[in-house]
Amino acid sequence: METIWFCLVAVMVALYVLFDGFDLGAGAVHFLVAKTEEERRQVLASIGPVWDGNEVWLLAAGGTLYFAFPALYASGFSGFYLPLMMVLWLLILRGTSIEFRNHIKSPVWIPFWDFFFWFSSLLLAVFLGAALGNVVRGVPLDQSGYFFEPLWTNFRLGEQTGILDWFTILVGVQALLVLMMHGALWLQWKTAGALNQRAARVAGITWWGVLILTALVTAITFSIQPQVSVNFKTWPLGYILPALAVAGLAGVKFELFRKDERNAFLSSCAYLLGMLTSVVFGVYPMVLPARNPIYALTVHNAKAPDYGLKVGLVWWVIAMALAAVYFVHVYRSFAGKVSAEADSHG
Amino acid sequence: MGLALLIVILKTIALRTGDEHYTKAARFWAKIFAINFAIGVVTGIPMEFQFGTNWAEFSKAAGGVIGQTLAMEGLFSFFLESTFLGLFIYGEKKLGRVGHWWAAFFVFLGSWMSGYLIIATDAWMQHPTGFQFNAHHEIELTSFWGLLLNKWALWQYAHNMLGAVQTGCFVMAGVGAFYVLSHRDPLYGRTFLRLGVVVGIVAALLQLAPTGDQQGKMVTDYQPATLAAMEGLFESQDGAPLAILGQPNVPNRTLDNPLIVPNMLSFLTYKHWNAHVRGLNDFPEDQWPDSIALLYFSYHIMVGLGTIFIAILAISAFLLWRKKLFDSHWMLWILMLSVPLPYIANTAGWMTAELGRQPWLIYGIMRTAQGVSPRVSGGNALFTLIGFTGLYTLLAILWLFLVYREIEIGPEPAVTKAAGILDPAAEG
Repeated sequence: METIWFCLVAVMVALYVLFDGFDLGAGAVHFLVAKTEEERRQVLASIGPVWDGNEVWLLAAGGTLYFAFPALYASGFSGFYLPLMMVLWLLILRGTSIEFRNHIKSPVWIPFWDFFFWFSSLLLAVFLGAALGNVVRGVPLDQSGYFFEPLWTNFRLGEQTGILDWFTILVGVQALLVLMMHGALWLQWKTAGALNQRAARVAGITWWGVLILTALVTAITFSIQPQVSVNFKTWPLGYILPALAVAGLAGVKFELFRKDERNAFLSSCAYLLGMLTSVVFGVYPMVLPARNPIYALTVHNAKAPDYGLKVGLVWWVIAMALAAVYFVHVYRSFAGKVSAEADSHG
Repeated sequence: MGLALLIVILKTIALRTGDEHYTKAARFWAKIFAINFAIGVVTGIPMEFQFGTNWAEFSKAAGGVIGQTLAMEGLFSFFLESTFLGLFIYGEKKLGRVGHWWAAFFVFLGSWMSGYLIIATDAWMQHPTGFQFNAHHEIELTSFWGLLLNKWALWQYAHNMLGAVQTGCFVMAGVGAFYVLSHRDPLYGRTFLRLGVVVGIVAALLQLAPTGDQQGKMVTDYQPATLAAMEGLFESQDGAPLAILGQPNVPNRTLDNPLIVPNMLSFLTYKHWNAHVRGLNDFPEDQWPDSIALLYFSYHIMVGLGTIFIAILAISAFLLWRKKLFDSHWMLWILMLSVPLPYIANTAGWMTAELGRQPWLIYGIMRTAQGVSPRVSGGNALFTLIGFTGLYTLLAILWLFLVYREIEIGPEPAVTKAAGILDPAAEG
């Protein structure tokens, strides 16, 4: 039962990154790809109707984590106290930037929000990557099941780690490049004209960075988190996940070359899905690895009692089916490229 | 949430009558709703995380229970409302009249469902149900429906939603009064006044009874020390009086400058003039709410304002019925200036509920001090509190600025403006 929930939470986190990832990425690249006011409005129009729903995946994953693995939720969220709070502040900034930018057509108002849209999207991408890096590397849990990490200590992988060290920063940079590519591919698919071409160029350039960092970070991960190689040795079928990532990354380049905008974006989705599921597969059964492995939180010691997990499964399936219907409906309603005279809401 | 209901009513009238006027009225309020929603989303997201960041011991102990309702809120409500808000705001042209009505309805449904699930969470902390302690003395959910259909949740929800509806009504009527008083958009002003007052008086009456009454009854039955503190009743007595005004003097165990109605408290709580009501002296001091004076004032402000709302809305409704409201400038002034009051009443109501639960985090089971995150230092908590205070202050200013701006810009001009003033429909 706890393994099922482990997989379900992992899927929700992956979906969060797929969905919110492209609008975060769009924010991080919007100064690069959109040069005129009209183009900026197109960027916003392409994510305006969906960004809020995308972000709900984060809440839904958080809520699911809360009831399925309360000890993990408590330990992880209080241990990552400072970065999480900053993530929340950035989410506030970003949400207001997207929603309020178009309210007043003024050369003072609009650039202000454009800046914060870019700033918050960029930092969020880095933070999400660093958070993933922390999970992979392990945190200084002790026998109480709690820890507290300062933002940084000495940037080394010792016993008393901070949120930021050379490894997590590297993963943060990787995440930024990945989401820039992902966002650029989304914009390429959803827009036309000069914006579309600049987006394709940004996606093509960031692709190389993604390739290099993926190889580098993967190699390092095997050396600092021994569980990963153990798991791949025990269940060789797991290699299917990194294979999906590799195929996705190759697909991005191939489809960019073929100029198939939809498939290029979907390849990027496959890459993200493959990467994230590989990581999750690699750390199982741990949900929060510890610097000292005996204190790790696992699906067994962090789970909620069985009755709740069973009932949860019933409504979770119903809720997910409904959410899938909404998502199909909304993405269909706003299918196709956004028009140049993108209609903003007042 | 209140405005969501009013928008659905406007959209329904527009759909049934085919009157463009109501479509435009709904469009105007949708713009204000969107601003509120954006602020609500960005300030709401942190709350789900703060259970874990700041209340780790509580989350670890109770997560298997209240995590259910919180996760359901995310999965059932947030997906619904965020998806359909996108369609509602951006998709009016694409969806058509009926489709757009459904979008409005689903936004309403999502937000009201979200309200229920978060109240069910709070209700479990007020009056825990549907759980047991297992062999390791851990809290374990035993009944999903026991959690979801907690009696406390049902009444608290009804009471809370009526507060939300009244807020929406006062804002709508207040904006209507502003338009009529400033001689602009009179057609819209009248529509807003009519809808706000009619729905508002119904909500205000239901707020008092049965919902307020039943909420009070539950506090009497399950949180008797809270009741004593709310009412400023230090001594147990038969035929207890109701304090209308007065300041609790906790060190002396007295109510200073009291204005009381004899025997009224006994009657309100037990429907019997001479019933025995337990005062604070019946409870050990370590079970008293921590801030008795603040609790007392919060409760009295809530009840006092609720009473004032009934008076304002009843007089307005009477004038509306006699077709005099739009010319009664004194009443329009009162309606316009009352707009902030329901916000105060709602805040005071929530303070009553939460201060009243103290010193408990889960009533009778876990004290608030036991629920905090053990590794988050006071300095770090203060740092983030200051950060949130600053950010929320800026958001509040931004919200006021943007909402005022929309009100100033106003609805789209009525097509039949010139003819419309003579339109008999406008006279209601």
